[in-house]
Amino acid sequence: MMAGTAVSPGYRVARWGYLAFCIAAFVFLIAPILVLVPLSFNAEPYFTFTEGMLRFDPEAYSLRWYRSIFDGDEWTRPLANSLIIGLSATVVATVLGTAAALGLAHPAMPGRKMVTALLISPMITPVIIAGVGMFFFYSNLGLAQTHIGIILAHAVFGAPFVVITVSATLAGFDWTVMRAAANLGANPLVAFRRVQLPLILPGVISGSLFAFAASFDELVIVLFMGGLEQRTLPRQMWSGIREEISPTILAVATFLIVFALLALSTVEWLRRRGAAGGQRAA
Amino acid sequence: MTSQGSPSVSQPPARPLWRRALGPRLRAAGLALPLVAFVTVTFLGPMLSLLTKSFHDPEVADALPETMAALRDWDGQGTPPDAAFAAVAREFVAARTERNLGRTANRVNRVASGMRSTIMGSSREMVDAAAAAEAAGEATDGAFWRETMIAIDSRWGGPEPWRALEAAGQRFTARHYLKALDFERGPDGGYVRAPEVWRIYVPLFWRTFLVSLGVTLLCLVIGYPVAHMIANSPPKRANALLLLVLLPFWTSLLVRTTSWIVLLQNQGIVNDFLVAVGLIGDDGRIAMIYNMTGTFVAMTHVLLPFLVLPLYSVMRAIPPAYMNAAVSLGATPFQALRRVYWPQTLPGVGAGCLLTFILAIGYYITPALVGGQSGQLISNMIAYHVQTSLNWGLAAALAALLLGGVTLLYVVYDRLVGIDRIGLG
Repeated sequence: MMAGTAVSPGYRVARWGYLAFCIAAFVFLIAPILVLVPLSFNAEPYFTFTEGMLRFDPEAYSLRWYRSIFDGDEWTRPLANSLIIGLSATVVATVLGTAAALGLAHPAMPGRKMVTALLISPMITPVIIAGVGMFFFYSNLGLAQTHIGIILAHAVFGAPFVVITVSATLAGFDWTVMRAAANLGANPLVAFRRVQLPLILPGVISGSLFAFAASFDELVIVLFMGGLEQRTLPRQMWSGIREEISPTILAVATFLIVFALLALSTVEWLRRRGAAGGQRAA
Repeated sequence: MTSQGSPSVSQPPARPLWRRALGPRLRAAGLALPLVAFVTVTFLGPMLSLLTKSFHDPEVADALPETMAALRDWDGQGTPPDAAFAAVAREFVAARTERNLGRTANRVNRVASGMRSTIMGSSREMVDAAAAAEAAGEATDGAFWRETMIAIDSRWGGPEPWRALEAAGQRFTARHYLKALDFERGPDGGYVRAPEVWRIYVPLFWRTFLVSLGVTLLCLVIGYPVAHMIANSPPKRANALLLLVLLPFWTSLLVRTTSWIVLLQNQGIVNDFLVAVGLIGDDGRIAMIYNMTGTFVAMTHVLLPFLVLPLYSVMRAIPPAYMNAAVSLGATPFQALRRVYWPQTLPGVGAGCLLTFILAIGYYITPALVGGQSGQLISNMIAYHVQTSLNWGLAAALAALLLGGVTLLYVVYDRLVGIDRIGLG
């Protein structure tokens, strides 16, 4: 990369060191996640590789931990709760967030900076702080230990993701297009649906995926506000880790890794396809 | 543009000037309004109730209104007037009979420890004394209660329990904040700093600050070369490498924490490996988790993407020509790196470090699961007071102090980057 200057041995050592360091860093990032996948197929109730596994003995592998996810409702109920809460929160966050992003992107929006700061504040406040406040506030309203309370909390954490991703697709949006649509006879709703929505759809989908993932992985609010009826997947994993860790958790974890891969690929695919860029703002 | 767009070429009918000026503004604001209202109710509301809870504590005042009224004129010296004895006796006996004195006693106990047993022990005997007096037809006035209460527990003959009652009965109080800053009530009822060995919260804030700083620096040291490599790879490889950073970012926190437990625990993969290759003996397994090491490693792993991504987006925009120019002008690669490249990445370094630090300072789940005793941070203490000790005023004060610190950091962030430019991976 360095233009053809004489390359000193010191530089070469540094170059190799840099490569080795980066590779080690990538291994550090990714190995802890991937290591769970083979372990989840362990035939024994251990959290480490058995000798059989290292010899690739088919006998040492099994699907028993995957089957045990579906034994009883220990994991299926939390999964259902997570889906109900996550999807409801995502719908609220996506509708409100998209509308707000449209308003914020409009050239005539008053007080844009203040409003933006307010709208993204739930995302950037440490959850422990918000969690304590929400615990007091929702308990007073009788919403603690209800699905509604947790859905509202997750929706307000998810909405900023939608605002940010939709705003990014709207950056550089040519508002004269909307005026043109109006002049051609479209009422504002039609103009939005036929002109603007197709343009911002990638951002809307990415944002809703972010919002869903945030809810799907949220634990602090559920710990503070949720009762037995509101046990979500992270809540059940929390108990699993703290109380009686069973390898079933590895199968659940593998399932969540696959979910992360799918969500990540979708968002990246949308980003490249939309090529709207800017989403990865600093 | 609000015109219904009649297809005729004629001008749309002129609308009043104020509507033309305000219309688009109102529509833009109207689109943002639902979320603004939603955030105000579901988020600002809770934040407000957090702040309120941290200095508004009406429970004792509501439970013992007459006592508080009788103590209002007391100068805090010796014992209060007879009226206070009569009031406290009436309210203790009534509350004791209805079995809700325990909550009040707990509250007072937080102001001065030992008060719970004083109140609960005395009140039991006071109920009996009241019944006996009634049976005997004796008058139970202030003088009677003064004598009886001091006979039951001589402490009622001094100022301390009364001062504690008075302090606990303040509706608006700074005592949660004082406690959160390790002040305690001195012998004369004023607040003094707790002796060093008893200080809990300030050292914990300090530890949280240092751990967050350490994790941030570790993330920077690891993340800087990583971001540089991604930014300077050909597009295809850069995208692939970026996925390696983004996958952890998208993977559930609980999953990542589980994997660190699986890797680092005593019978875990790393220890098994070290034993298998003979680096350590089977009895010399290293404790890498359920302590500060565990907190450090897991937090660094969780937060690394938050530093790599902003760094990457800054580095991507730096033209390689600058470095090449520096080198061809005679700089060694290291000089070029230090004098030309590093300064250009400073905005990314600042933004990434600040974001990572802010996230680290509020971390709860990871330290709770892998931190053991020594790896707990301030957020764990807040959760403890919410869920276990039920000292909500103190939890609120600790959270409010943390919020103050974080807000301060965001002001810095806003100056440096602009708060409305926070992005996603």
